[in-house]
Amino acid sequence: MTTNEQRRRERLDRGIKVRSDGLYALMSWRELAYLTVPRLVLIVGMLILPLVMPGMYWQRVITIVCIYALLAISFDFLAHYLGLVCLGGAFFVGTGGYIAAILNASLGLPPLVTVPVATLLGAMICTLLLLPCLPLRGVYFAIVTLMYPLVLARIIEALDILGGTDGIMGVDSFANRWVEQYTVIAVVLLFLFGVRRLVNLDLGLVFRAVMDNDQAVRASGMNISFYKAIAVVIAAAMGCLGGACLVHIYMWAGISLFALDFSILPIAATVIGGAGTLVGPVLGCIILVPISELLREFGTLRIVFYSLILVGFVVFRSEGIMVYGERKYHQFQRWVKV
Amino acid sequence: MDILVYGTINSVALALMALGFALVYGISRVPNFAHGAIYVLSGFITWTFLRSLGLNYALSILVTLILIGGLGALLYQFVLIRVRGMAISEIIASYAIGLAILEGLRWGGFKGMSYTLPAFVEGSVMIGGIPVDFQRMVVVGLGALIVLSLWFFTHYTRIGLALRGMAQDERAALMLGIDSDLMALVAMAIGAMLAGLAGALLLPLGNIVVESGYNVLILAIAVCIVGGLGSWMGAVMAAFLIGFAQILTVVYLGSHYQMVVALLAIIFTLILKPSGLFGMQKELEERV
Amino acid sequence: MSEQPILEVREVTKTFGGILALNRVSFDVYPGDILGIIGPNGSGKTTLVNCITGFVKMTSGRVRFRSRDISRKPAHRIADMGVTRTFQIMRPYYSLPAYKNLVIPLFSPRAKRTGGWRGGGKLGDRNTVGIDILEEIGFERDSFVPYKMASSLPTGYLKRLELARCLALKPDLILCDEVFSGLSMSEIASMVPLIERLQMDGITLIMIEHRLRELFRVANRVMVLNFGAKLVEGTPEEVMADPSVKEAYFGSEEVEEVMTYA
Repeated sequence: MTTNEQRRRERLDRGIKVRSDGLYALMSWRELAYLTVPRLVLIVGMLILPLVMPGMYWQRVITIVCIYALLAISFDFLAHYLGLVCLGGAFFVGTGGYIAAILNASLGLPPLVTVPVATLLGAMICTLLLLPCLPLRGVYFAIVTLMYPLVLARIIEALDILGGTDGIMGVDSFANRWVEQYTVIAVVLLFLFGVRRLVNLDLGLVFRAVMDNDQAVRASGMNISFYKAIAVVIAAAMGCLGGACLVHIYMWAGISLFALDFSILPIAATVIGGAGTLVGPVLGCIILVPISELLREFGTLRIVFYSLILVGFVVFRSEGIMVYGERKYHQFQRWVKV
Repeated sequence: MDILVYGTINSVALALMALGFALVYGISRVPNFAHGAIYVLSGFITWTFLRSLGLNYALSILVTLILIGGLGALLYQFVLIRVRGMAISEIIASYAIGLAILEGLRWGGFKGMSYTLPAFVEGSVMIGGIPVDFQRMVVVGLGALIVLSLWFFTHYTRIGLALRGMAQDERAALMLGIDSDLMALVAMAIGAMLAGLAGALLLPLGNIVVESGYNVLILAIAVCIVGGLGSWMGAVMAAFLIGFAQILTVVYLGSHYQMVVALLAIIFTLILKPSGLFGMQKELEERV
Repeated sequence: MSEQPILEVREVTKTFGGILALNRVSFDVYPGDILGIIGPNGSGKTTLVNCITGFVKMTSGRVRFRSRDISRKPAHRIADMGVTRTFQIMRPYYSLPAYKNLVIPLFSPRAKRTGGWRGGGKLGDRNTVGIDILEEIGFERDSFVPYKMASSLPTGYLKRLELARCLALKPDLILCDEVFSGLSMSEIASMVPLIERLQMDGITLIMIEHRLRELFRVANRVMVLNFGAKLVEGTPEEVMADPSVKEAYFGSEEVEEVMTYA
């Protein structure tokens, strides 16, 4: 589209963004508000959600949203800050879930104990199982994470261990539904802000360097597999935590913990919500999970639905809601003559 | 003795499953994670033609293959070409499409025992005291034929040579005037047809179930990794290795462990020799 | 000087498929040396650096650093032992500011142990140490230059950044792959004192170069590679007087120029 004069898009940071960089934000209330209001909206919004949404159904939905949000944050973290695409979030959920269920049903430990233990133990086990593919190119990580939930589900079913197709019954639930909800919400907020902080720390820089330029990192005397492993432990911990909470919510652990939903929905949520922002995936879950629950009656159609959305976004290289949102918030654009 | 027979049959079956994936990856470096979905889909399309529309069996298979080839080409042209070069996006896109197909089929009611394809030839024959049905012999025979004709195709026909050139070095092929996008399209179409062919040969051995889509994907990837991503000879060798390993575990440990074998094969390969048996990709070393 | 060599390279050979990139290269480097490695394009110089530093596995041969065999060690272990390198095709962390580029090597175990260049054994805040290193290495003091994005820096600064990344590890040996290439005359003129200062700090250097005039100003020994094999080794004067060297370069102008100066 060439007209007489050629124009290009120019994007500039808004004045207030520049003024609120670093320490200068403390200079005035307006700048402080510019920075803190979005975060406060998110935190307050999530905290009052259980009070506002009526009924058992929506309470359940909120908890499920939070669990998926944990998975989505872990996917975004691994994919965009380390270049490791995890196609099998269900692997973490299943591992954490089964460990928590076994600890609870067989050893009688209360959820207060099983959840942290399942998180840490599960993260260790998952990372150990993923170690062989860490020194290799990203493709292998994607392949192996894809396989693990599929194969593990089949193994449990075929060997009829860990409850086989029936699963492990009789898992305790949380003290009451308020504890249930606020625990998961608090966990999500904790990890969200924690990971956002982490990627700006020195360790976070190392992660990004491992993704962009691993030869240079090697030349600096650092073992990139080690740093990738650290990141995988963190991501796996989030997934296992979600799985552990889930079994206490459903009071049951079964093969469906390895279901495709847990692998695909976080990816779709990340892509829709805005990859790389860590908040975007949470937003994506808030959008997708209620839709998914509504679609449950249509059976596996919902997976078709997420998959097609995923393909659409990947193919059209859409930036995602939060990326668009952050850009609009921080920058303005105008057309200039070339 | 029966290990030998069943092992051979299983190995050829694995090779058939893996060939399409290996071809597409070897030529265009695109991992087609929709491979398993295409395998199952072709089975269902053939079934539809055969049972619902009452077409002749051979004709059904032929039309299915043409349609599937076209589907592969469309898949490449409209989806994969936009994410070409970004390995992660290729995986996500093709996997998502594969999922959409498989779960769509599952939702569409294609489950249960009632979907079978008949064997080409009924009856069986005794080999070394073991009854082997003709269908399985057909699988082995046609499988070997397919591998041979693929070899012939890539070594003696112009298009085949162009594909091999691309597999070795895409930039050099481009400089020689080979249209890499077109070749990738062709590779994708052929790969899809191979998946369809594998489906046509193997699905009559059992029911058409959506689960086999996932199994085929896992097995095809296992074979390709063990053999070395990008090496067709390696894929064939790996197919035999894994095929016999699976039969041995069935005999000595029980038939549940088959998929475990595939997973262990992948893990061991990645630990010991990541580039696989005949890997042409010196992955991390020579990259500076 | 009856010292032990700091680096012993013995019969290093490397084949890539059918191509012989390195052909039984052997040499020693003594502490405090500056060894120049020169040779026509394709003679295997960068491959030699890759083999020594562990980025590429050599087909056969041995390399010993301080009497320890590093032939088969992975790259990060070798760097951790004090053998660092720069890259011919520069690899800064483009999306980070210059001083943040140094935070990453300062995160390494070796930096933690040694405190980085000038660290004296304990590592302070990495951002501050990074800026200090940059200012020492030639970025203007108290200016905005260290804070600029690496992608917006000119080549001269980026070359210094590459060296700075090595220095953050307080290395004993730096293998410089063409640090003078791509620089203007004035930029090179300011690099030479930097190299000399590194030598005074006790760092041994191996420099691969095409800019022979500048190299001969700093190097005390020179080795010539041709088709992957060592042709000549000696002082700069000895190497330049050798007729086979001129033949290898086959009338390159630089050799002519240097010859008129020698």
